Amino acid sequence: MAVGAVSHDLRAHEGDIYTLELGACVFLSDGADNMAPSKKHNVKKSEAENRQTSYKQVINTKTELILQSRKHANSVFDLLEYLQSEKEKEVVCAINACQKLFCELLERGELYAGQLPKEEEILQGDRDADEKYHMFIRHRYNSCVELLVENIGHESYQVKESALCAIMKFAAAEGKHPLQKQDWSQHYSFPKELISGVVWALLSEKEDMALLISRFQEFLEMDDVRYYVMNSARDNIHRVMDRNKRAEMPVYQNNVFTLLTNITVPSQGSEITNFLVKQEGKYEDWKAAKLKEHKRAFELMWLTFLKYKLPMSMYKKVLVILHDSVLPHMSDPTLMIDFLTAAYNVGGAISLLALNGLFVLIHEHNLDYPDFYKKLYNLLDPSVFHVKYRARFFHLSNIFLSSSHLPVYLVAAFIKRLSRLALTAPPTGLLIVLPFICNLIRRHPSCRVLIHRPSAADETCTDPYVMEEEDPAQCHALESSLWEIKTLQNHYHPDVSKAAKAINQALPEPEDDISDLLELSTFELMERDLKSQSQSVPLEFDSAPSLLQSPREVLGLHFSLE
Amino acid sequence: MLDEFIVLATQAMVQCCNSTPGQQVCEMGKPVKKRSVSDKVRRSSAHAQIKMNPFEVKINKKKFDVLGRKSKHDVGLPGVSRSKAHNKRKHTLLKEFRMKHKANAFIDRRFGEYDTKMAPEDKILQRFAMERQRSQGKKDMFNLNDEEELTHYGQSLAEMEKFTDGVDSESDSEEKGLLSAEITASHFGGGGGLLRKKTSEEEETKNKTRQELIEELILKSKQEKRERQTQKEETHELTEKLDQEWKSIQNLLAHKTPKEREEEKDKPKLNEYDMMVRELGFEMKAQPSEKLKTPEEIAREERERLQKLEADRRRRMEGEVEEDPKHTHTSADDLNDGFILDKDDRKTLSYQDGKWNIEEEEGEGRDDEEENDDEGDDDDDDDGGGSGGDDEDNDDEDDDEDNDDEDDDDDDHSDLEESRDDDEEDEGEEDEEKEEGSTAEVKRTLSEEERREIQDTARAELPYTFTAPECYTDLKTMLQGHSAEEQCLILERTKKCNHPSLAVGNKTKLQKLFGFLLEYVGELATHNPPQLTTINTLIPQIYSLSQLFPGAACQVMQSLIGDAAHSMEQSIEVKGRAAIPGLDMLIYLKIVTLLFPASDFRHPVTTPAFLYISQALAKCAVMSLESICAGLILCCIAVECVSLSQRFIPELINYLLGLLHLAVPTHTCTDYHVVPPFRPQGKSSELLRVCDPQSARSWTRKSISLSSAHRVTATTERERDHYKLSVLYVCLDLVKRCTALYQQLPAYQHIFQPIRILLAKHLPVTDYPSALQELHKEILEVIPETPSQHAPLVFDKKKPIPLKLLQPKVVEVLDYGRKRGNTKEEKERERLKHKYKKEFKGALREIRKDTRFLAHTKLSDTLRRDVERKRKVKELYGSLATQEGEWKALKKRKRK
Repeated sequence: MAVGAVSHDLRAHEGDIYTLELGACVFLSDGADNMAPSKKHNVKKSEAENRQTSYKQVINTKTELILQSRKHANSVFDLLEYLQSEKEKEVVCAINACQKLFCELLERGELYAGQLPKEEEILQGDRDADEKYHMFIRHRYNSCVELLVENIGHESYQVKESALCAIMKFAAAEGKHPLQKQDWSQHYSFPKELISGVVWALLSEKEDMALLISRFQEFLEMDDVRYYVMNSARDNIHRVMDRNKRAEMPVYQNNVFTLLTNITVPSQGSEITNFLVKQEGKYEDWKAAKLKEHKRAFELMWLTFLKYKLPMSMYKKVLVILHDSVLPHMSDPTLMIDFLTAAYNVGGAISLLALNGLFVLIHEHNLDYPDFYKKLYNLLDPSVFHVKYRARFFHLSNIFLSSSHLPVYLVAAFIKRLSRLALTAPPTGLLIVLPFICNLIRRHPSCRVLIHRPSAADETCTDPYVMEEEDPAQCHALESSLWEIKTLQNHYHPDVSKAAKAINQALPEPEDDISDLLELSTFELMERDLKSQSQSVPLEFDSAPSLLQSPREVLGLHFSLE
Repeated sequence: MLDEFIVLATQAMVQCCNSTPGQQVCEMGKPVKKRSVSDKVRRSSAHAQIKMNPFEVKINKKKFDVLGRKSKHDVGLPGVSRSKAHNKRKHTLLKEFRMKHKANAFIDRRFGEYDTKMAPEDKILQRFAMERQRSQGKKDMFNLNDEEELTHYGQSLAEMEKFTDGVDSESDSEEKGLLSAEITASHFGGGGGLLRKKTSEEEETKNKTRQELIEELILKSKQEKRERQTQKEETHELTEKLDQEWKSIQNLLAHKTPKEREEEKDKPKLNEYDMMVRELGFEMKAQPSEKLKTPEEIAREERERLQKLEADRRRRMEGEVEEDPKHTHTSADDLNDGFILDKDDRKTLSYQDGKWNIEEEEGEGRDDEEENDDEGDDDDDDDGGGSGGDDEDNDDEDDDEDNDDEDDDDDDHSDLEESRDDDEEDEGEEDEEKEEGSTAEVKRTLSEEERREIQDTARAELPYTFTAPECYTDLKTMLQGHSAEEQCLILERTKKCNHPSLAVGNKTKLQKLFGFLLEYVGELATHNPPQLTTINTLIPQIYSLSQLFPGAACQVMQSLIGDAAHSMEQSIEVKGRAAIPGLDMLIYLKIVTLLFPASDFRHPVTTPAFLYISQALAKCAVMSLESICAGLILCCIAVECVSLSQRFIPELINYLLGLLHLAVPTHTCTDYHVVPPFRPQGKSSELLRVCDPQSARSWTRKSISLSSAHRVTATTERERDHYKLSVLYVCLDLVKRCTALYQQLPAYQHIFQPIRILLAKHLPVTDYPSALQELHKEILEVIPETPSQHAPLVFDKKKPIPLKLLQPKVVEVLDYGRKRGNTKEEKERERLKHKYKKEFKGALREIRKDTRFLAHTKLSDTLRRDVERKRKVKELYGSLATQEGEWKALKKRKRK
């Protein structure tokens, strides 16, 4: 019964479809069957407020109608038109409707599966009406997907989000009801095209997609999606960068970076169980189910990304996360050596940041880096106390210099250089570096001559240390003394002064723990004084007759009130 | 002669006898005191007896003697203490018990009756004084007749004077070598002998009348005496006559005979002695002077004064011309000619610093300015707790005294004066008001215009009292629209009206005021243009408030600095850099250096302020001339702060280097490093480069305005160049100061090396004015090119560890083995615990004894009542029995 009815409906529609294809987007309203165009006409003509309230109804009723019977199939065009509407709400509504409609149709199996003939060819072939209808719907589905991908680039976030979700829904539905003919050599199917479409849309060259990408992360939890995203991302980077002749593209690269940082590979193969598309057959053979393949894809993706020239800020960002979220997930981290060495040679803050990755490689992957300490020594300049990554740098230097096999001259050179630089450091930096120096002297007792040289106590001498010398072996640090620390005993901040006074006595055996001091900010330092409730507050006893009149006035000499 | 002596001697003896305890009860002038003394004596003797009585004494046996230990309780008197306790209960508990359930009470309203702290003598004195005061009301102020009698030891002084006259005449007539009764009494009978003499003599005669012989003798002697007296009087008159005659011819005599001289010499000897004794006897005891006023009292007076002034001002504002009531009074001596002495130009006596002050004579008739001055003085008093206010009061009092003295001489206005003076006593400083009043009085009638004028001036004048502002807007409304000086005055008055010693809440009010004031300062600094002169005048107020409340000032400042630092930290975290602090914050920091000592090693305010300054110097981007100015101000403050302590501020040197770097035209050389926030090159790294070398010629040194931290007013290129040169001048000067400060540091050369390189090689000094070039040269001379020589570091010499000594360690044992616990707190705790236990036990014991006592009294009460009842019943029975008996007897008789 039902089949008969459907076929009848289709027959009644055939004429419409035909005219449709010929008349492009112009609808001929002939007969009572074609209610939709006239309705649409009404919608167009009706008042704005009417429209606002009614578009929902219109869209909903149309979806219902299409789902109810094949004879309303032409209303799909209206829905697709709504997708291109300028009104945000209409678009969102239409997206939802489309999602509902096509998911339902997919489930019913009303979409043509297999190699799709071209639109013009549908009628030519010798096909029955059912097949024709399926092909027609499949075409509409394809154009809908196209529109949705376009909508991901819409300016409104809501539209973007619903479009993204709709596509992912389609992907899930397609996975269940594959549109390809089952290829028996491969027992798995996955809507790769949809995913790569999404990736292309996400990695926009024009606007920042960070928000949407973070929304997309929900889908990246699923292992198969992630795998295919990684693949298509790599592909995308390749193509886009080559197309732009390897120039820096801040917006694009930023988007890529955001997407890449959102991808985390599971640490164990057994964790790969979460799939968008459930495959019936053999999991083992499927690439997306293998951790090794994941790692490969991940590695390739990152390497492709880092292969091209990056802006400075991006360089820093990458280096900051590299050791933590990239290197451990690579199948062969040593591939990063080139990148890190290059970064280490750049100098300045980037070198400091590259240290971290290098450390991982040296520590865990047996990297042998020639003149590592010499380079580290030359990294020390006044800015190390002022940069943002100060804590990280000192943390690492602490680790590097913790080896007891280092030669004394090297440690002494480090000590001397750090203390010389300390003359320009802010108090928070000094609170790190002073215990740091003391720790170094503790670890290497032969460096004690720097603070205690009783043999030559009476002879005065100029400082033999040569600051400009790049080779720590040649800088005569071991013949010097830490007069700089002595100077810092007169520092204005009581804590610094106290810390500097530690060198006046023989250092006690246990090392100072500097890990707490690394992240100390100036405000925290200040709060120590602000919060301590002392009973008495000493006051200035010289009375103040006016603003610029005090016993030791300097401001008043150079500045006036007027 | 001789018999008189005997009589007098016996008198003295009797006197001595009478003074034995117990007999002299109602005899003398001060019986109460006598009795109390005697009581004491008796009691003490009784006590001694008891103590001596071995049956009363209980000796507490000691187990063993410990050398050096004093025990309080080796001997006890149980009976005595028991009776003492019993008596005490009788007086307290029993009374209470008897008064139980009785609503009415007897209240003694006499002064100090229930004040146990007062000595009874004091009470009596006070009561007497009060009575006197009551009698000396205003109504009999001018009562000349009823002169009160002056007494000494209860005896009229007037009488005594008469008496001594007699003595004098007598002693004069007495021959040498003989002791008069008077003299013996005065010489041997103690100070009181003189006064008792008269009464004792009378009594003496009474006693002696019994013995007739003696009576006769006395009669005889009396007769003789009388005769002698008459004779003496005659001779006296004669001698006086002679004396007068002698005086008339005295001048004729060239010299005195030696004999006469001798006589004269001898006589004064005796007289002198007597006079001395008398003087000592009658010498007035030192009068207690008026006590110094406490700061609270001074503050109260100040407030009252201001309130009074305010009330006055208000009245004037409402247009009521003060009709001086004093001048409506017309003197009895008034000639009714309309003449009134409107200005007292007599000199008044006043003292200043213990010297008679002649110059400052305008005790009355001060004018407005002077009053203001006074206020200033008072301000000082608040701080120093000085005595300026007292001086003033004293002055006034002196005036009064003076006037009193002069009253006799003054023939007119004397009583007028007096009434005025009385008022002056409490409103001494208000004279100028009175002035006005009195002038008004002279004119008698005021025209309407004048009246209005006064009204207007009153309106324009500031109110004298202010309530402390509750919130910041209150303060703003209070201060807005006034000139800087007026604002200062307003704050001054507010401070006085709300002095913390006047009311409980005032302290917090003033503490809040300090916070609001700082907020106000901050707002003034953010105005455009900033009102710096106003801030400047407010500084003394802020300073004095901070001196009053160091804690609150510290808190307010801390919160200000903390908030600013917090916001700076946040903006650094978010943006990586921060804006240079605004002028308000700069002013706050400057105020911090004014209020708190910057040289402390650690100070709750200055240490955070330092950190803030250094943070600002290290992190705030230098983008414009304004930010350079602000940074320069920070540098100045920093230099000021460390000028005493000579502490090293790396950020300061970095900043100065950076600023000088901004003046270098080409940034290619890299033989020195600039430290963030400065960058070797880039935009705004040539901010201080002087564009036109010609402008150096027209540059003159002048101080930069503080407000240029807000906005640099220089518009033309030349002005900007001048401004830049000024900035550079300040920079170089600061560098010079720093070199002087840090000369002693071991790393001195390394610290200043970059600056030296910059100054020597890169700074285009030749384009600068000569003043700058000179500074530049001086700096280069001070910084050596090669590092100075230092001895290598060596550890501080340790104190040699002392040898172990085998002397016993002496630990202080306060209470033998009683208090356990090692630390001081534990010991204290143990001690308190023990004390509590002891007290608790004692209290329990006392309560038990109380109940026992009460039970005993109750029992004895009932027993007594029972006995009474029994007696009465017995009586009744007895009477009934007799009745019965009588009746039976009657019956029997009848029957018979």
